[in-house]
Amino acid sequence: MDSLSTLWSTFFDWSAMRQALPEMVTVGLRNTLVLSISAALLGSVLGMLLAVAGLARTRWLRWPARVYTDVFRGLPAAATILLIGVGLAPAGMEIWGPNPYPLGILALSLIASAYIGEIFRSGIQSVEAAQMEGARALGFSWAEAMRLVIIPQGVRRVLPAWVNQLIALIKDSSLVYFLGLLASQRELFRIGQDYAANTGNQSALLLAGLFYLSLTIPLTHIVNWIDRRLRQGRPAAEPDDEEDESGLALAGTATTLPGTMRKDPA
Amino acid sequence: MTSTSTTAAATSVSLSVRDVHLAFGKHRVLRGANLEVPQGGTACVIGPSGSGKSTLLRTINRLIEPDRGDVLLGGRSVLRDNPDALRQRIGMVFQQFNLFPHMTVLRNITLALRRIKRLSDEEAAQVARTQLELVGLAHKADARPAHLSGGQQQRVAIARALALQPQVMLFDEATSALDPELVKGVLALMAELSAGGMTMVVVTHEMGFAREVADTVAFMDHGVVVESGPPAAIFEHPEHPRLRRFLSQVL
Repeated sequence: MDSLSTLWSTFFDWSAMRQALPEMVTVGLRNTLVLSISAALLGSVLGMLLAVAGLARTRWLRWPARVYTDVFRGLPAAATILLIGVGLAPAGMEIWGPNPYPLGILALSLIASAYIGEIFRSGIQSVEAAQMEGARALGFSWAEAMRLVIIPQGVRRVLPAWVNQLIALIKDSSLVYFLGLLASQRELFRIGQDYAANTGNQSALLLAGLFYLSLTIPLTHIVNWIDRRLRQGRPAAEPDDEEDESGLALAGTATTLPGTMRKDPA
Repeated sequence: MTSTSTTAAATSVSLSVRDVHLAFGKHRVLRGANLEVPQGGTACVIGPSGSGKSTLLRTINRLIEPDRGDVLLGGRSVLRDNPDALRQRIGMVFQQFNLFPHMTVLRNITLALRRIKRLSDEEAAQVARTQLELVGLAHKADARPAHLSGGQQQRVAIARALALQPQVMLFDEATSALDPELVKGVLALMAELSAGGMTMVVVTHEMGFAREVADTVAFMDHGVVVESGPPAAIFEHPEHPRLRRFLSQVL
């Protein structure tokens, strides 16, 4: 029984958790959110550029996009973060001073953009060619047709995969501690780890884990909700009031959603 | 339909397709196709599948660039125009409607008006509602295309093309994807448009429509217009053996 209670207190030492809690919220959660949200924004913008470049007619855009994607999807996230954070540190020094935080965001964004680019590209490619033809026939240029007609439909179809990628990004943000952050820059994982190391008790780390789950599990459910909504169409579907015309649902609502292209969990 | 009539008559122009050639690799899809449609006239293009009818239509608005030959709109070659600007003057209706499923019916119509014609939101909505009224679907303005029947979707697609006040309308098998009971409504709308003075090229398998509405019927086979003339001549006194064989199969 003794070993069982030791085990219990290793993970569920409430006082250790309570001790870590304030810093976990004010510093850890805040930094995790800042890292994740900025990298999500930058990574999604870069991902969209990659997707469009990957679909371009000229190979001078297609090729670099391909190589970029292969490289950043093929490297372990930890290696990329170290390579960017340390390798670009001299350049970062000139812009941001001795602060690894922006480089951490950059590295996370570059990693995320490789996956998000593939997600967006598969979505855009799944839009029927007839949509492009319809838009061009109205007088839109290729770029306008992409922006107004093709991309909005393509992105909609891969929203679940995109949110999955954001979940992965939240988890990857824990790797930024490699870069040696200031005390005020530590994110959830680092704070949990520090408390665990100081006390020899894993409860603070478990608390950090609970914080991650409180971010990622709601996102997972948002994915499912979006997915359901996309499959069923909008809730406010009005019935057809002309009995001579049977309702044809042709316009591509029942598209299959390309799966997530996330790497295996580390 | 009087307002369609007046606008169509005011803006439509003549169309001629002259000796248009096109090959996809080794496959010669068009081998010198010719077609003349006077201002306000309606030409129906008939012929077996794979004869190049739809491709011919796409060379008119340059969704596909011809290898050789010329297309004249109101007597002027279109090949030197900016293709995007050209397509704003030519309305096209597709077999699969090609409505934008992520937008309401109204926005499908206003999109080009706002983005290309630079109308304000209110002006564009005004034009769109007028067009929807003309195709009998004003009450569907806020619906999504997926919630409309095929016939309704095609009428919206026609309204979307007409909203840009085209000089010519192209119809690519506009009723082929429709359930049989929905075909009539769309054909009636096209007939009204034709009667209203719109210059139209209609690729169709509806021989009844071609007989009643067309001024000219052009029979295509293997990438050329084999025989063309008034419907009575084409249907009652076909000369070319291939046209005779085709008619014996479809009539």
